[in-house]
Amino acid sequence: MSLSVKHLLGIKELQTQDIETIFQTADNFKQVLQRPIKKVPALRDTTVANIFFENSTRTRTSFELAEKRLGADTVNFAASSSSVSKGETLIDTVNNILSMKVDMVVMRHSASGAPWFLAQHIDASIINAGDGTNEHPTQGLLDAFSIREKLGSLKGKKVAIIGDIMHSRVAMSNIYCLQKLGAEVVVSGPPTLIPKHIDAMGVQVEYNVKKALQNCDAANVLRIQLERQHKPLFSTLREYALYYGINKSMLDALDKEILIMHPGPINRGVEINSDVADGKHSIILDQVENGVAIRMAVVYLLSGKRELPE
Amino acid sequence: MLLFNFEKIFQLLKVLLNNSLLQITLSRLAHQLVENHLGFEDTVIVGLQPRGVLFSDRIVQLLQQITGNNNISYGRLDITFYRDDLRHGNGIQVPSQTDIAFSVNNKKVILIDDVLHTGRTIRAAMDALIDFGRPKEVELMVLIDRRFSRELPIQPDYVGLSVDTLFEQKVKVNWTTNNELNEVILI
Repeated sequence: MSLSVKHLLGIKELQTQDIETIFQTADNFKQVLQRPIKKVPALRDTTVANIFFENSTRTRTSFELAEKRLGADTVNFAASSSSVSKGETLIDTVNNILSMKVDMVVMRHSASGAPWFLAQHIDASIINAGDGTNEHPTQGLLDAFSIREKLGSLKGKKVAIIGDIMHSRVAMSNIYCLQKLGAEVVVSGPPTLIPKHIDAMGVQVEYNVKKALQNCDAANVLRIQLERQHKPLFSTLREYALYYGINKSMLDALDKEILIMHPGPINRGVEINSDVADGKHSIILDQVENGVAIRMAVVYLLSGKRELPE
Repeated sequence: MLLFNFEKIFQLLKVLLNNSLLQITLSRLAHQLVENHLGFEDTVIVGLQPRGVLFSDRIVQLLQQITGNNNISYGRLDITFYRDDLRHGNGIQVPSQTDIAFSVNNKKVILIDDVLHTGRTIRAAMDALIDFGRPKEVELMVLIDRRFSRELPIQPDYVGLSVDTLFEQKVKVNWTTNNELNEVILI
């Protein structure tokens, strides 16, 4: 049994069975990560290039650690210090890296769809590590995996995604992933940050954050992405924090316990208060831990798509 | 016409061990382990996923009956990530559960698998095991030893039955949940 896809471009293209396979494999890798020797030799014949055209700490570190713990060789490539700044095209850059006998590419790019474009032009398997405002599939997988770990199953569970939905590839991948696993999704935040026709994706829209929290089992709080907001969409960060920021008194007012997640990096005091981010409801650090296991599973399963010479 | 086909199938399937013989063999293997390891204080049992575990489950059950010790350390080991043929043939495999809830440091480890053929699985198992610690020694128990087909210098310490087979043949151990129709067949 392996995945139905050759690349991980988005959750949208995955079948539910693929997601289950990834989770089942990630369970195993999570256990490997608890051992004294946190490493397996499964990919010792594989080289992976991490090509990041956009800044990243968590995702790049997480991918690199995942690859190393599978025994793969890794090369890192950051656009800011590369020939891209000299005018090289995406295909040329990637083909040059691939001609150094690289087998897989993990890519983050600021243009939505960049990994799809690349997939049409190169043979290696591509893993999308975030493309523009479109998808961030491994984040969607690890978020759902973290909820599954705490709540057992996602079937029939309600998950609220709160904040900057408009600019968030994490929100898109979360919606696809949660829906494929049978969860209901509610999006919440200021109307200017919620795309107009998002209800066409089958999600509920709730502009009142308190109501959204009351009606969910887990809340994924997203970062306000000021770098992608080219015109002002709310007046001040203070006002945003006042109406949409999650704080402890809001959670105490609920008549149940919910999980609080955040994909990071956190703007403390804006979308989430420190008393929540570091509080007992928070599974933010579990998400980071699970990220390595999920990425190990994805890299491992896609490595099987590579044909070996006889 | 239908009857003829059935006969042909029965000819093709050769029973190596039927249920009653298999029970005797299991009992002998369990007693051999007790003879060498007595109280199982420093000895742990590790069954290989997925099919070796069906065999080791029964051995551990017998050991508990024979010794009266219900605290024998018993784990299950999946060796998928350690295989040398991960990307050859039938595509990548999704692993089974590994469950070793004890330290193997300075322990005598008995690895258990159902069929020993080329020895490659056991090579992978030893690599996987050593990632959990440094065992004092490792022994190997198999139900069926397919002689003369080894590709690596690996030999079992406890053998249920040795058989001579052709490389194209398959040895299959069928376990039933009620243990009434267990058998080992050569296909």
